[in-house]
Formats: sequence, structure tokens, C-alpha cells
Amino acid sequence: MRVRFWGTRGSLPVALTAAELRMRMARALVAARGRKFSGQREAESFLDELPRGWAHTWGGHSSCVQIELDGPRDQAREFVLCDLGSGVRRFGQELLATLGRDMRCTFHVFMSHLHWDHIMGFPFFTPAYLPGNTVRIYGGHANLRAAFERQQDAPSFPVPLSALGARLEFVQLEPDRRYDIAGLNVKAKLQRHSGGSYGFRFERNGRAVVYSTDSEHTLEAREEIDGFVDFFRDADLVIFDAMYSLADVMTVKADWGHSSNVVGVELCQLAGARHLALYHHEPIFGDERIAEIEAETRRLEEITRAGRSPLQVTAAWDGLEIEL
Amino acid sequence: MALSTSRCADVLLLRPKGRIDHNNAEEFADAVKPYLADCKAGGDSLIFDLSELEYISSAGLRVLMLVSKNVGPNGGKVALAQPQRVVGEILQISRFKYVFPIHDTVAAGIAALSPDAAAAYART
Repeated sequence: MRVRFWGTRGSLPVALTAAELRMRMARALVAARGRKFSGQREAESFLDELPRGWAHTWGGHSSCVQIELDGPRDQAREFVLCDLGSGVRRFGQELLATLGRDMRCTFHVFMSHLHWDHIMGFPFFTPAYLPGNTVRIYGGHANLRAAFERQQDAPSFPVPLSALGARLEFVQLEPDRRYDIAGLNVKAKLQRHSGGSYGFRFERNGRAVVYSTDSEHTLEAREEIDGFVDFFRDADLVIFDAMYSLADVMTVKADWGHSSNVVGVELCQLAGARHLALYHHEPIFGDERIAEIEAETRRLEEITRAGRSPLQVTAAWDGLEIEL
Repeated sequence: MALSTSRCADVLLLRPKGRIDHNNAEEFADAVKPYLADCKAGGDSLIFDLSELEYISSAGLRVLMLVSKNVGPNGGKVALAQPQRVVGEILQISRFKYVFPIHDTVAAGIAALSPDAAAAYART
């Protein structure tokens, strides 16, 4: 399995501004101190020497993650996605460039919930307009279809859901029950979020990925913690809502339905997970702030490891691929 | 986890020892609870001496937050003092350093809370 991140930002898509880009370029030129580069490769090697928040961007599309099944990419006709935030537009474009309009694909989409940032990319997902494709949308909410219909209807958008060329199916899943979908063993878990959200655990050939976003952990009851530890148990990768600091979650942003890097590390350590991907980044955070959070989270894992196997920590970015 | 206490005038000094994690955070909350009643009744302040605390998890930090919410409305204050390196880093990474004043020494923490308590502490 391979996991590809198409959108990692929470709540609202964001982009680098012209001023931020200029500031970064100026910083890099100053840091180069007149150094000469013989070509692109040498210049890129120099960029790798710079602080992570200078020459790297985490990107700004809202939630969309692909779980890529084994096999050659250009031969794939079944695709698994989590959420349909703005990141799904680029996924659709790349697929169109690879397979052409007569792609005849099936898309299995697992919806954490139906808040706007998680569905806003769908009207711009070109494969949904192409006859011959099937888009099967799974989720725990009973009103899956209604949410997508409302988004496509006037005055929000000019193309109603009924006019899309692809075959659309909506499948409600029961939490805590195992399903076999697209060659994956899938289990959903109800999470604490306004209107409820669902995490998904995907297993295949002894590998496990957990997608757990828009989920608040109150830490009030031991059963709540144990439930998530079981859900994350021995996962190769946990994609985790780390939108706020722990202090914010417990004070000004209590009941906002999100979690923190600290709780992500703790749950993954208790569960014996191998890799934690910090996800659903706060839109007001710039790249330097996310770089700082990533470094601090790695440090937290290190100082609290207490004899456990190391937990890899990555702040996920748009375009990141993780091989499992 | 063990909790010892002492009092300096209108400041209660609590010294947790060992580790506070998901397994014993509730025990920590229960141990602290009786002292909250004093603070609520008299508006006393409270300082946690963290010099013997080796680790605190998010569940433990939640207890500190609940303490603050209980003590604050009656005019009392909560401060932390002398954290070990690991606990200090946890307070930084969790951003709890912005929630509680953190003092390098217990004496400095008490002095910031109450002159009477500082005088009493100096005599100990």
C-alpha cells in the first residue's frame, strides 16, 4: 500500500502569498552568500540545507488522502480516497492526464464527515462528470447524498448532482463493523466532532492505515482512550488531526472537535503504531510554524519513548507519499 | 504517583512525585480534589512543585487545567514551579507554558503568588 496526500489543510484551503514567496527567495539568496550553482540539481541540494520552513511548503488544499493499492499506477482502475476536500481536484486532473477521458474507473470514497472543507472539492472532481466512471461514497452519516446534492444545487453551484455523468452511489456504513471494500478490510469508528465524524482503519496484506481526522479527545474517560488505542493498534500509519495545541484544545478551543500533536503521540505510543502523520493543519499556520510543530512533536516522541520502538513523525504535506 | 502537601500562609504547595499518565491521572485528580475545596472556600492560591515529577501526560495536564478552572473563580491562582527537563519540554510543546506561570524555583513561584506566603516559606 502507498498513501498519497492530496490535501492536508484543515477548515479552509490556503496559499502562499506573493509577499511570503518573495521573503523566502530573498532569504535563500542571502543564505547562498554568492555561491555559484552549476545547475538545477546543485541548487536543489542547497535548498535541502536550508531550514525546513524556508524551502518547503506544506501546501494548502483541504482534506483528501488516497490509499493506493499495489500494482502499476497506470493500470489501476479502482481508487480509494478519504474525504473530498479541495485536494481531490488535483487528483482528478492527474488521473485524467494519465488515463484520458475514457478512464472507466471506480472511486471508493470514505467520508469522515460532511463539513464543507471535506466535500468542497467534489464539484471540481472531473472524473465525476465522465460517463463510465463510478463514484461510490461511503460514510457513517445517514445524510450523505443530501450533503452532496445541496452543495451542487443552485445557488451554490450550477451543475446538479443528477447531471453528473458518472454513476453515483452512497453507502452508509455501521461503525465498529468490518467490511471488505476494494480489497481492503475497513472498519469505521465514531469520533467526537460537531455532528459526529468517523475514523477509518484500512487493512490489507498485514498492513494497516488509520485515517482519523476531525476528532476531539477529551481524555475524560479511560474507555475513550482505550477505544482509540485499540483502533490505532500496531498501525503502520496513523493520519491524525493535530490542528491545535493541547492547551488550546483544553481552553479556548474546547468542543471545537479537533485534537493535538501531543495526544497523537500518546495514542500512537500506547497503540504501538509506527508512523504518525500530523494532519488537518490550522489554516493560520505558515510553513515555519508547521515545521516547528513537526520538530517539537519529534522531540516529544523522543523524550517520552520510554523503551518503546521509535514512532516516526511527519507533518503531512500536499504531495507527500508514504510507502507502507 | 505520590502527592505530598504543605501550606505557606494562603498558598498551598502540592508536590506530585513520579509519573502521571493515562493510568493514574484519575488517581492524581482524586488526590488533588480535597485541597481544591480549601482553595474554593478561602480563595487560596496553589503551586505545584514539579521538581520530583518525571513525566506528565495529556490526561495529567487536563487535571491541572481542571484545578485552574476550580481555583480561579474564587480569586485564587495556580502556578507551576521547578519542572524537570522532560516535564518542562512537555509544558512547552503542549503550550501549557502559556496557560500557567512557570517559575524556576518554588520560592520564586510563591513570591509571585503572595508576599505573606513568601515570608512564611522563607522561614521554613
